[in-house]
Amino acid sequence: MKFARVGALALAALLALSACAQGAASPPADELGVITVPAGEPINIAYWGVLSGADSTLGVDSQRGVEIAIEDKGGSLLDHDIVLKTEDGLCTPEGGATAAQKLAADTTLVGLIGSACSDETQGGIQTLTDAGLTTISPSNTRPSFTDADRDATFAGYARTAHSDAFQGKAVAEFVYNEQGLRTAATIHDGSAYAEALQQVFADEFTALGGEIIVQEAVSKGQTDMNPVLTSVAAANPDALYFPIFIAEGGYIAAQAREVSGLEDALLIGSDGMFSPDFITAAGPAAEGMYLSSPNFSAFQDAYASFLEKHTTKYGESPLSAFHAHAYDAANILFAAIEEVAVQNEDGSLFIPKKALRDAIFATSDHQGLTGVLSCSPSGDCGAPLIAVYEVTARETGGEWPPEAPVWPTE
Amino acid sequence: MTVAEAFPAAGYEAPGYERQDWREVVRVGVMGGIVAVYLCLVGIVPVFDARPLISGVISLGEAALIGSLGVTGAVAARHAQTGPRNVVTAGAVAGLLAGIALSLLVIVGQLVNLRGFMLNASPQLYSLLTFGMGMAGAWIPVVAGALVGGFAGAFWLVPVRYRSPIVRGFLSILVLGLFAGLLRTPMLAAGLGQLARFLFAPEGLTVAGAVLTFVAVVGGRVVRQRLGVQGRLDALPEAQRRRLHVPFVALLLGIVVVLPLLLGPFFAQVIALVALYVLMGLGLNITLGLAGLLDLGFVAFFAVGAYTVGLLTSTAEFGLFDLPFWAAVPFAILFAMAFGAILGLPILGIRGDYLAIATLGFGEIIRILAGSDLLKGVLGGPRGIINIPKPIDVPSTNFLAGPVQIYYIAIVFAALIAFVAWRLRGSRLGRAWLAIREDEDVAEAIGINLIQTKLLAYMLGAAFAGLGGAVFAGLVGSIFPSSINLFVSINVAAIVIVGGMGSIPGVILGALFLIGIPELFREFSDYRFLFYGIALIAMMRFRPEGILPSRIVRRELHVAENAGPATVEADDPTPDRGTT
Amino acid sequence: MNARMLERITEFAIWTFLWTFRIVIVLVVVVGSFLTLASGKYDIDTWIRLAVTGAALGSVYALVALGYTMVYGILRMINFAHGEVFMGGAFAGYFTAIALDGAGFLNYSPVTALISVVLMIVVAMIISTLLAVIVERIAYRPLRNAPRLVPLIAAIGASFFLQYTFRGFFGPGVYAYPGVTFLSELVPIPLLQIRWVELLVIVSAIVMMTVLYLFVMRTRIGTAIRAVSEDKSTAALMGIDVNRSIVMTFAVGAAMAGAAGVLYALMFRQVTFFFGFIPGIKAFTAAVLGGIGNVPGAMLGGLFLGEIESIGPILFLDGLGVPSANQLKDVIAFTLLVLVLVFRPSGILGERVTKDRA
Repeated sequence: MKFARVGALALAALLALSACAQGAASPPADELGVITVPAGEPINIAYWGVLSGADSTLGVDSQRGVEIAIEDKGGSLLDHDIVLKTEDGLCTPEGGATAAQKLAADTTLVGLIGSACSDETQGGIQTLTDAGLTTISPSNTRPSFTDADRDATFAGYARTAHSDAFQGKAVAEFVYNEQGLRTAATIHDGSAYAEALQQVFADEFTALGGEIIVQEAVSKGQTDMNPVLTSVAAANPDALYFPIFIAEGGYIAAQAREVSGLEDALLIGSDGMFSPDFITAAGPAAEGMYLSSPNFSAFQDAYASFLEKHTTKYGESPLSAFHAHAYDAANILFAAIEEVAVQNEDGSLFIPKKALRDAIFATSDHQGLTGVLSCSPSGDCGAPLIAVYEVTARETGGEWPPEAPVWPTE
Repeated sequence: MTVAEAFPAAGYEAPGYERQDWREVVRVGVMGGIVAVYLCLVGIVPVFDARPLISGVISLGEAALIGSLGVTGAVAARHAQTGPRNVVTAGAVAGLLAGIALSLLVIVGQLVNLRGFMLNASPQLYSLLTFGMGMAGAWIPVVAGALVGGFAGAFWLVPVRYRSPIVRGFLSILVLGLFAGLLRTPMLAAGLGQLARFLFAPEGLTVAGAVLTFVAVVGGRVVRQRLGVQGRLDALPEAQRRRLHVPFVALLLGIVVVLPLLLGPFFAQVIALVALYVLMGLGLNITLGLAGLLDLGFVAFFAVGAYTVGLLTSTAEFGLFDLPFWAAVPFAILFAMAFGAILGLPILGIRGDYLAIATLGFGEIIRILAGSDLLKGVLGGPRGIINIPKPIDVPSTNFLAGPVQIYYIAIVFAALIAFVAWRLRGSRLGRAWLAIREDEDVAEAIGINLIQTKLLAYMLGAAFAGLGGAVFAGLVGSIFPSSINLFVSINVAAIVIVGGMGSIPGVILGALFLIGIPELFREFSDYRFLFYGIALIAMMRFRPEGILPSRIVRRELHVAENAGPATVEADDPTPDRGTT
Repeated sequence: MNARMLERITEFAIWTFLWTFRIVIVLVVVVGSFLTLASGKYDIDTWIRLAVTGAALGSVYALVALGYTMVYGILRMINFAHGEVFMGGAFAGYFTAIALDGAGFLNYSPVTALISVVLMIVVAMIISTLLAVIVERIAYRPLRNAPRLVPLIAAIGASFFLQYTFRGFFGPGVYAYPGVTFLSELVPIPLLQIRWVELLVIVSAIVMMTVLYLFVMRTRIGTAIRAVSEDKSTAALMGIDVNRSIVMTFAVGAAMAGAAGVLYALMFRQVTFFFGFIPGIKAFTAAVLGGIGNVPGAMLGGLFLGEIESIGPILFLDGLGVPSANQLKDVIAFTLLVLVLVFRPSGILGERVTKDRA
């Protein structure tokens, strides 16, 4: 008898205890799973992108944007520290695939910012989506990634960078409407970025009523541009659009004016060359050409203080063009985490992955550095504000970046 | 008998006893200094400094620096005469000289801004070299060099049978320190958390871990020596020794099979890539290792295989037939072989080094054509072919999802190729290849049809490269022309050469080192090719047959080295001036 | 089917294939050129301009080819690291140019500009020679008696080592030479549209090659080099210091390459750690084209290759309607290489040092 009563009491106590324990720590249901962040443990996020090699400035620049965002948050979110891990994607699909595998294997990761190069995302996105993670890219610009009819493997992908579909269109409008030119030629360098971008430009320019008279290409590492420029000049284009990178772009800019037929043509490039290194490479010949890029002047006033923080923390100006986008991406992630995280009494957190993903995609009217951002269902969170800047004597004299765009003029 | 002969280790300097060759010591010291400064300026020391070897104690960069100073001291002391004083002094002096070189770097760097000239001559480097004291600490590298050099010199005073275990002990710390972070994560997940935290810091070893490793390795080797294990092994007859290999091999195979399941998908991705390169290395092993044809355009056939699979199986724009992976693979191999025949036919008459350049040219031609606008409509241009489905269609929760299945597929294919290669080697064709490699004229004289035999080797190599490309397409799920580059060919060639030509275990080892390590340690990827270059030169100088060569190759390459100038013409298969 | 039939079939296949290859190439060249010229898209001035830039480029290739051809003649080895020696010279020239520009000396007047260029070339030659001698000492000399494949692989290793050493020292970015204003101006010659820099390149190349030719033909050391190239052991028996001759060969070849590096960089203004690799391979093509081991051959081969690269894509492919013909520039160069190796391995000016029996 006594035993039975003791036993019953013990059982009841046990049940009560377990009920309490469960009640305090029962994660919500979520089809992609729930991440548990125990009390005292940090919230782990990761930045993945190209951190070594020739393109490292792109990745490092964005990583710094994320780091400043973390600092501005005070280094913690919902009473948990924010810890940033990094993975190098090497700017190749295989590199992105391996980086994604490594990240997907880390079950404590809450969200990701990245990748830097579109190729990396192409290789790694399936793994990340399958693992239930969501990544926001600050600098991928490949149009197909946020197409309305994009593949299911991109379900976990969003970006704050503009799609090149906008950039190509903006350049086409600048050349056709603003400059009033009717014939154009393009040169790409065999990279997916350049080839896609010049094709968008070509399609839009033709749609506006212009004519693309020749589309040429160079190879990476090519130095003598005279033959390809001669080929282009023979068709006498009003404008030459070469959305490539610093090295080859520098050669073309330096040599273009020496080819008869191109002396007066409008030369225009894109954000791949939007860097003081390009000005050094091209030399004084760059004066008078145009470059398209995200519209820095349209960035909110907070951008100025961001720049100050950057210079203080890293001792130099930003290395590339997407640091502000990375800052915004990080903040969108933080806002989404704050929205969906379940805070438990013992200080732990539950973060349901599908809910997080949905919250990111549902972001609207987020006050970011790059503008007031809203995400579309296909992951397009960027403010597609592209501007065209002119390279004047001020820039070839060493001042960078250009102060104001020549188009659009507000 | 002189006193010196009677008491050789006493350091007794009798008249007529050879003087310490200080010039040699100085020379080694200066060379060591140049190497140390080089390591600093090329960036190895400052960049590797970010990675701890023993957490909180020493970083990889510091270890590299100390290592170089130590090696300087050890090499100098080796040439010293016996006697503790001489040996230690030699080491210390050499180390001192090397340290002076570093100090000079610091001093010059503080006076003149070298940063505009050499990127790595930065304040961080100087503070690393002087423990943060800048100019005031310029004496530190000198003293450190002398101390480390002296210790290294004293290493030669340690009895011979302890030297090797000590070196192994240090090497083990190095290796484990590198792998510590990678091992820690799965161990934490597997519930070995206590052990993991005790031995490994998030990056690098803990102090306890380092000490334990050292003791374990040294102790293990010493015990092994005491028990005379090696002697007993050597005493066994050949057949019995072979049988002892069996359980080891079985264990190895078992590990190989279970590895990706143990270590998780990230490791699976890396070793899938390694397995892929093993597969291609085995292919090149036939072309290069057996038949002696240096093919630097291997990537061309890789491309053919990958694009074939892409075109046949992709569900996106450029996919033609939507075939399953397994149906596409035979086509990939066939097309690769066909390309091998087409490209091989004209060039197989060309001699050795020219063949290398010609094949390199082919590789480049294929690469440019693959991404060209000319073929954009078919091959997708720079945007490539995407949406290539994985070979085995399983839901993502299945253990075979992702890179794991590629790993197994690659292993199976590699085993198949290894089997084919092994059988071929012992066959008539294999012997014909070896004959061609040794001496083409003689081979032709005894009736071997050079063209046909070479062509077969080339086509087989191409077939396996195509298979590798096919699997790669399955692994990454897309194929871009940017993935087709010279480095793939160089990687495969390096694996075969460094691992051991003509040998299967050699290729596996080569792939593990040259592919696996850089994948695991991404931070070092900037220096990967620097290490390649040094490894290739060092291998060719000291061990041209590779790490684990086949016996024939070892005989071949060592005989040639040991022979004097008289055999130069004999080894030269073709006369320099055509007398025919 | 017995072995004899198989052999005959293979031989027939090869014969057919080689002839098809020949015919296709001839067709492409002839028909393409005809169509391009007939379309009248390019006027004579354009062709002259292309020819001029081709000649300048070809002069650079010729200078680098000399190093390849001499080393091959004396050691029967392709010095893969030669392209990196070229790159090293360009870097050395860059730092010299920066220093001179900083002192205001570079652009002060055409005379000072010329002196500066000479200075840059001299510094570049010194550095390149140093690099080549070090590589020879460490990577090639110990392997002199090894089977053919071994020094080749060591050379590849040396090439990587040099490339990534420079990358480690100076970073992966591109370095731009300071502009030399006088050099970008047109030379006041009627009809010919040539810039001073291109004239400088061509003239310097001719001068250096003549000096080299005289060196190899008329001096004692040159004769020693030729003797060792012909027969090493006999030369040694004659009392010639074989090692010294070999080192001299490397040194002279490297000096040429270093100068070529500066000239190339003056034309195109940018240097980066990787930029020696492809020009190196092309220069080797030029050496083979002209006849390996043959100094005038290297010059001819270089010029020929430079012109083909400049004019080829437009002349051959444009008429055939190939999109982005200029992207295939390297394809033309490498196809030329294969053609030479298959059909005339002894090169234009021929030396029977290459062809093995089929």
